[in-house]
Amino acid sequence: MYSLLAEGIGVQNWTYILVGITFTLYIGIAIWSRAGSTKEFYVAGGGVSPLANGMATAADWMSAASFISMAGIISFAGYDGAVYLMGWTGGYVLLALLLAPYLRKFGKFTVPDFIGDRYYSKTARIVAVFCALLVSFTYVAGQMRGVGIVFSRFLEVDINTGVIIGMLIVLFYAVLGGMKGITYTQVAQYCVLIFAFMVPAIFVSIQMTGNPIPQLGFGGELTDGSGTYLLDKLDGLSTQLGFSEYTEGSKPLIDVFAITLALMVGTAGLPHVIVRFFTVKRVKDARKSAGIALLLIVLLYSTAPAVAVFARTNMIETVSNKPYVDVPDWFTKWETTGLISFTDKNKDGLIKYVANKEQNELVVDRDIMVLANPEIANLPDWVIALVAAGGLAAALSTAAGLLLVISASVSHDLIKKIINPKISEKGELIAARLSAVGAVCVAGYFGINPPGFVAAVVALAFGLAAASFFPAIILGIFYKRMNKEGAIAGMVVGITAMLLYMIKYKLGWFDETLPDKSEWWFGISPEGFGSIAMLLNFIVSIVIMKLTPAPPEDVQEIVENIRIPSGAGEATH
Amino acid sequence: MADKKNAKAYWKENIRYVLILMAVWFIVSFGAGILFKDALNSVKIGGFKLGFWFAQQGSMYVFVVLIFVYVRLMNKLDKKYGYDV
Repeated sequence: MYSLLAEGIGVQNWTYILVGITFTLYIGIAIWSRAGSTKEFYVAGGGVSPLANGMATAADWMSAASFISMAGIISFAGYDGAVYLMGWTGGYVLLALLLAPYLRKFGKFTVPDFIGDRYYSKTARIVAVFCALLVSFTYVAGQMRGVGIVFSRFLEVDINTGVIIGMLIVLFYAVLGGMKGITYTQVAQYCVLIFAFMVPAIFVSIQMTGNPIPQLGFGGELTDGSGTYLLDKLDGLSTQLGFSEYTEGSKPLIDVFAITLALMVGTAGLPHVIVRFFTVKRVKDARKSAGIALLLIVLLYSTAPAVAVFARTNMIETVSNKPYVDVPDWFTKWETTGLISFTDKNKDGLIKYVANKEQNELVVDRDIMVLANPEIANLPDWVIALVAAGGLAAALSTAAGLLLVISASVSHDLIKKIINPKISEKGELIAARLSAVGAVCVAGYFGINPPGFVAAVVALAFGLAAASFFPAIILGIFYKRMNKEGAIAGMVVGITAMLLYMIKYKLGWFDETLPDKSEWWFGISPEGFGSIAMLLNFIVSIVIMKLTPAPPEDVQEIVENIRIPSGAGEATH
Repeated sequence: MADKKNAKAYWKENIRYVLILMAVWFIVSFGAGILFKDALNSVKIGGFKLGFWFAQQGSMYVFVVLIFVYVRLMNKLDKKYGYDV
């Protein structure tokens, strides 16, 4: 009580209040929108408006990584950070122009559904289910971990308790509401997360540059009266400390190219993103909601590089070459969480922050750039708490979307379509709910006991999606003669190549030690290899297709049919 | 048969739109933001070097515009061919 009176409500209590309110909201929405049929469970009944679907897609898409880590990664990578910005937004152009309208017209529930029917083959369906599960599980484990981290930092429970609380919440609304519940909670979560991201960014932008629009502010002049541009100042600071110029970056051009392409194509091939476009009513709604989704995503993504520049400049100015005894409170606070560490190597009592690893004395975790940004800039307590609520919204919305893909893959693609086609509607709905429960438990397990390679693998989920689904779907729509032999061979070769490259150059399981960068093929990193694996998939698919018979008449008719937007019926089994 | 002809003509126009828009998509991101960023960086707009701006801002704005242009073009095309029901 004493502290309450002395310091106002305080960060801690603000966090409890804001997180409490948002969680109650999510649960309320879930109860209001529970699913009564498999159609409601898989595709929200197919009647979601383009605006609601756009918002839900944006929340589904922006994960803990986008919200918490991306600005931090950019602030340390400088220009190179553009691979994430362009990669994770450019994919929506591919989705809107090449995939979403046709998949909506096709009118089924899942991505393996499309692959299985278009390629008239159980094998193709099973390969697709395997790819969907692989991609979604690697991705969801990272989300649960994100939930745990936010809980532990802001609410001072341990990470595991945080993961379990997150599991229970997701379990509640995903199992009860299915896609319908998820869609409407995601709409609410988008509002929470965008507000939480923009408020501190606007505050800091006004502080540093006098411009309330962060997108313009980071190209503006500093408010200190020097007339220097903020970016010039940061370039200068970076080179002084021995880093490369902020606006130039350090990755080789070919790798920047390859990573950007892999992320774009991977985004367009992620099942939890694609499936969102099955929920709207008409083909034209699918196109429009892709546009709305990207607009809402770009709102955050164009702010992130501004936050990156503000936070990096602020951090260097606050701590570099300053006496350790004088550091501000936030420094000590984050030091106890282990996210900042300082070792006075030359014993001069000053914080030496330089590019040279031997001499550098300060290690900063990238996530701090967003999480601690409001504290570094001395913003009010409620803004700091808001960031916690936003981070949770981002992680939970993505986790829920992924869990739905996993449960639909099991109950619809495996049980209904392969194991027991005679299962009743009611039985399938029960199976869907049970698989969601199972998926949450597995995801939670990985959140609590993260295998060392999860973090490494999450970034590669995009490569896996690019190497498997994207070519099979594109060829299925745009190349009438593409047949099952070509598509299956392409998917298998693509995903195998990606897995092998990843195991060799990212995990290092084939050698005693992780091979050096100089051994990468054409200088392309494992993150960028998805674009090579995708090319391989395309080439193999087309070569094999040329050597094997054309698909049956009725399949060719399906292709002609999905190219015409009218008469998109309701999604059916 | 008239149906098939109609569908073919519609598809052809659609593909033309897609190719043009995809070319713009490629030029702003892989072109201006990556391959030619060093050349563009010699131009400065406010505090932004142009290549850097395309990579971290401009390309994303163009992406959004591209999708909405496509939505408009296709809505018109759907009407022209009677597929807007």
